[in-house]
Amino acid sequence: MSEILQPIIQVTKLNKIYKGGFQALDNISLTIEQAEILALLGPNGAGKTTLISTICGIIDPSSGTITVDGKDIISGYRHTREMIGLVPQELTTDAFETVWDTVSFSRGLFGKKPDPGYIEKVLKDLSLWEKKDNKMMELSGGMKRRVLIAKALSHEPRILFLDEPTAGVDVELRQDMWQLVKQLRENGVTIILTTHYIEEAEAIADRIGVIKNGQLILVEEKSTLMAKLGKKQLLLELKQALTELPPELETFELCLKEDGRHLVYTYDATREHTGIASLMQHLSQAGIQFKDLKTDQSSLEDIFVSLVKESI
Amino acid sequence: MNRYAVAAIYKFEMARMKRTIFQSILSPVISTSLYFIVFGSAIGSRITEIDGVSYGAFIVPGLIMLSLLTQSIANASFGIYFPKFTGTIYELLSAPVSYFEVLLGYVGAAATKSILLSFLILATAGLFVPLEIAHPWWMLLFLFMTAISFCLFGFIIGIWADNFEKLQIIPLLVITPLVFLGGTFYSVNMLPPFWQTVTMFNPVFYLISGFRWSFNEIADVSVMISLAVISGFLALCLLTVWWIFKTGYHIKQ
Repeated sequence: MSEILQPIIQVTKLNKIYKGGFQALDNISLTIEQAEILALLGPNGAGKTTLISTICGIIDPSSGTITVDGKDIISGYRHTREMIGLVPQELTTDAFETVWDTVSFSRGLFGKKPDPGYIEKVLKDLSLWEKKDNKMMELSGGMKRRVLIAKALSHEPRILFLDEPTAGVDVELRQDMWQLVKQLRENGVTIILTTHYIEEAEAIADRIGVIKNGQLILVEEKSTLMAKLGKKQLLLELKQALTELPPELETFELCLKEDGRHLVYTYDATREHTGIASLMQHLSQAGIQFKDLKTDQSSLEDIFVSLVKESI
Repeated sequence: MNRYAVAAIYKFEMARMKRTIFQSILSPVISTSLYFIVFGSAIGSRITEIDGVSYGAFIVPGLIMLSLLTQSIANASFGIYFPKFTGTIYELLSAPVSYFEVLLGYVGAAATKSILLSFLILATAGLFVPLEIAHPWWMLLFLFMTAISFCLFGFIIGIWADNFEKLQIIPLLVITPLVFLGGTFYSVNMLPPFWQTVTMFNPVFYLISGFRWSFNEIADVSVMISLAVISGFLALCLLTVWWIFKTGYHIKQ
């Protein structure tokens, strides 16, 4: 039972300072549970790829510890690396290899004995079967991206890192990839993805981590984050324009738009009393009539932008 | 031991040889044939014998060494440099493989290629001159040790190089002159005393001398000295590779 509760990845006080003195990771501590989808957000150069690369063993940490499935990534590298599959950000492929050969190579490299049946399944799942004998240089960017995913899945990893997996891919592939990610999670695979597409994180992640200047400034359940930091607004379209807010409405968090015809009320949707009923009453008493109203929930993108700005 | 990883790297590297069969096999064979035509027939007809051996037979070990050294370096250096250049090295660095296994895969494949090529050149030479190998086991020992040492050296060059020019510079500007000046086409006794002394500082000279001895028992220096030199070079390369992996020099950030 205790094994089930053990986090799959534990990062403790991780620092990475490059030779030139640039600190890419600043005291990062992070716990990742089994079979969750964690999205790491952050502006360019924030340290997302460095964090992933360090966990995967590509970059040596300057200090701190990382355990995967309870084993240290340095002393227990064979066990930890066998568990991990990585889809890199760049389309790095050997141009002259065939799809079949390059995926089979990856399986062998990660210590798994040849299994043509499994490779066939992976290629079919990723709609690559028809291209199995094609050389990598003959494939489009989207197809190459699929091959990189196939390579990462070739050794049946329990943890999958996706570094900007949908960068530059078409809508169809993006949807396919989201589907695949959800399917993998259902099979117990833990997924950590970095992305610039906030809607991607919003659509598939269980938890969101935000990295800025090498620091992990926030890690939160997506739903909690949306509820905690996501503002809800009520927009009222007035029948007659106002030049200023009446004094009796000053107690409300109201904002009169420039045209004078729109009132915006910001409220906390999680509270029992949102204040909407009281606002309506006060509006009526003030003789302000409206012809339409709608509510709006701030997106993860709004939250992300405000978080990043706040931490500057 | 991650034997599947070693096999995967080895197979991957050997597949490159199949893809570049003309460059890997045919080109060195044609070059060797040309050497025999030019040096063996045209010039060799004027030099009848060296230490009782026909000139054509005399140059065979040197020509094999020439290809063995250059091809070992080229195969191994390109093998490890190419993933660095394309960026696919990320996969190697994140795989559950030890440095020894990486080395076994890359150097093993490069050495196999250059040893196969050496036998092919030997067979080609047999078409031009009658061949005699006085000490076949010594010949194999020198062949294997030289192939492994220079593949390791090539591996080091591949790690060190950060562009294609650097990849070529040592084989072209250092190794080829050393082989040509190391007695491939002549006996050191044919040189003036000053150049004989200079030759003693050329490590390749000892390899060619030892290798030639295994063929027709002609040697400029004792075979044990030749063996000591190649063993020392092997040890030096192993030590350098160990340091590279320990420090992550030009591999890890």
